[in-house]
Amino acid sequence: MRDLVIGVLAIAGASFVLLAGAGVVRFPDLYARMHAATKATTIGIALIGIAGAVTIDHGAAKILLATAIIFVTAPSAAHFIGRAAYRVEGVTARLDAHDDLHDLTQSERDD
Amino acid sequence: MIAVAFVLLALGGACFLARAIGGPSLADRVVAVDGLVVTIVAAIVLHSIRHDTDRFLDVAVVVAFIGFVGTTAGARFIERRGA
Repeated sequence: MRDLVIGVLAIAGASFVLLAGAGVVRFPDLYARMHAATKATTIGIALIGIAGAVTIDHGAAKILLATAIIFVTAPSAAHFIGRAAYRVEGVTARLDAHDDLHDLTQSERDD
Repeated sequence: MIAVAFVLLALGGACFLARAIGGPSLADRVVAVDGLVVTIVAAIVLHSIRHDTDRFLDVAVVVAFIGFVGTTAGARFIERRGA
């Protein structure tokens, strides 16, 4: 029973990482790829981390620490890349709405 | 079942690697390498589960943190370089 739960958690986590990889390969522009890579890998590592914390006797603290580091750093890392790419390369993505950030950065330059 | 998880993880890592090699922009490569680092951490944890050992978990913690530092450095580089 315990092995079954651990196996299901591990396979679910690995599936999320695979989905993230598929998104990174298939999505059309940088922001969509970043969206897939950041969120899906975070939940994938969380599921695998839970499986590991249940299985390994003296390693639960370290696994949870690694998971927590990824949980905290993944959003900020994605933010840094998105900001750098926006400032340097501009948005090439298809936007359904008006690009408010463009207006904001333009008015800052005018001041 | 852990072996199945390893196969799925390897396929995901191959996808990240393809994007890291293929580009097209530097930011795409940085995103792909960030995903690859998370995949490596997951692989270390899976290996530890399979062999029921806690020897490599320190490595997982350090790799997770180095991944963040590397991604941030890449983003800074893109911003400074201005191209």
